[in-house]
Amino acid sequence: MQTMSPNHTPEHAPAFQLKGSMLAITVLELARNDLESLDRQLAAKVALAPNFFSNTPLVLALDKLPAGEGAIDLPGLMRICRHHGLRTLAIRANRIEDIAAAIAIDLPVLPPSGARERPLEPEPEVKKPEPEPAPVVPAEPEVRPTRIITTPVRGGQQIYAQGGDLVVTTSVSPGAELLADGNIHVYGAMRGRALAGIKGNTKARIFCQQMTAELVSIAGQYRVCEDLRRDPLWGSGVQVSLSGDVLNITRL
Amino acid sequence: MAKILVVTSGKGGVGKTTTSAAIGTGLALRGHKTVIVDFDVGLRNLDLIMGCERRVVYDFVNVVNGEANLQQALIKDKRLENLFVLAASQTRDKDALTQEGVEKVLMDLKKDFEYVVCDSPAGIEKGAHLAMYFADEAIIVTNPEVSSVRDSDRMLGLLASKSRRAERNEDPIKEHLLITRYHPERVSKGEMLGVDDVKDILSVDLIGVIPESEAVLKASNQGVPVILDDQSDAGQAYSDTIDRLLGKNLPLRFIEMPKQGFFARLFGGK
Repeated sequence: MQTMSPNHTPEHAPAFQLKGSMLAITVLELARNDLESLDRQLAAKVALAPNFFSNTPLVLALDKLPAGEGAIDLPGLMRICRHHGLRTLAIRANRIEDIAAAIAIDLPVLPPSGARERPLEPEPEVKKPEPEPAPVVPAEPEVRPTRIITTPVRGGQQIYAQGGDLVVTTSVSPGAELLADGNIHVYGAMRGRALAGIKGNTKARIFCQQMTAELVSIAGQYRVCEDLRRDPLWGSGVQVSLSGDVLNITRL
Repeated sequence: MAKILVVTSGKGGVGKTTTSAAIGTGLALRGHKTVIVDFDVGLRNLDLIMGCERRVVYDFVNVVNGEANLQQALIKDKRLENLFVLAASQTRDKDALTQEGVEKVLMDLKKDFEYVVCDSPAGIEKGAHLAMYFADEAIIVTNPEVSSVRDSDRMLGLLASKSRRAERNEDPIKEHLLITRYHPERVSKGEMLGVDDVKDILSVDLIGVIPESEAVLKASNQGVPVILDDQSDAGQAYSDTIDRLLGKNLPLRFIEMPKQGFFARLFGGK
């Protein structure tokens, strides 16, 4: 390999470098010239460990075949492997007919390896549970003490009780927002917005001494003032809870 | 210890400058050395209401920029020897004021005066923010009308969270509610929010109710703070407000409809 002189002009700048490297690679040692069994057995292995068989580079070892197995249908063999997610990089062979077959389809041939190889058993994966249709999976609940607010919550202010409940003992003005991962209690006049269970806790509730809110929401399901006003309980003490995807307002 | 009082509202046109002039004058009348500072850079009005617009040489921005000192900029009131005015600039805009500059001026004023009344501009942006940032007490001027109440509510939230006292976790700014342009007849007709409605929505201690009065326009045209017109209802209401500010407990006047006498009703009085 040419060593580069530091005075190389851009046109002569080297376009490549040759390097020696050790690669860990999977070797499929064919034991019998039985492609149908191979297909079936590979399919079974893929079902157990699908991730192992996704475009995995492979060396097809044909040198461990017992004598007298006959000619290997190399393209067919490669097709089966490709079908199961194994991409053949090269073959390892010592029989003339196998080497010829490889050259015919322009596949590299590796000499029989003297390197130590260890048997590889792809780890059977535990079947993953079906992902829940819920849009947000609640994080491991990190319980925080309840947040208590004793001064009036003014318009434009936003209070977020992360990881817990929120209690407000004074009034909440229009334009103010109360957010909580848990429940919300308002013991003054509630004229702002209350969003409980914002991380997806459908069991969260909103309790108001005087329900005149602009908006109430539990885990994303909401009702606005215009709709709430028609409720006979508008202005009184209520609790708001979620059943299914309907917000219920019941007397406290 | 000198007190910085900010007169603010959020909403425009509710009576901040009228109130600042009246309160400043009222405090001076009771013997306290007072200065009123106009924070509305670019749209100054305090000098007009105080009647000293012809004597403005240097203004607040000049002092902040070091182009003049306080003694040169302060205008002594012609009627009261305890009262001074620091006018705003008319040519510049709000960006000319910096927090450090304002702080320095206010601290200098606190050395010589008992009360520093800051007349805030409308809105919640830089000018209004600087006016309330260093305050010890705040008078929130509110009209008994829905948009004014909502804006005052927002301003109260900012006073509780964006002032220096809030940032340093000191005692919060003392909040006083002043209802202006109150019309008892419209309240009884249900056209206007009443005192109790406003108190209920804002949950702040009420310091006074100023009735809607023709005296206010007359006074501003003449350049005389309305509190000096002690025959008018507005003037008297402001006077009561000052007394309450200074600690006296007075009942609210001018919130009931005036009872019409027999002849007034007979001959179709107002």
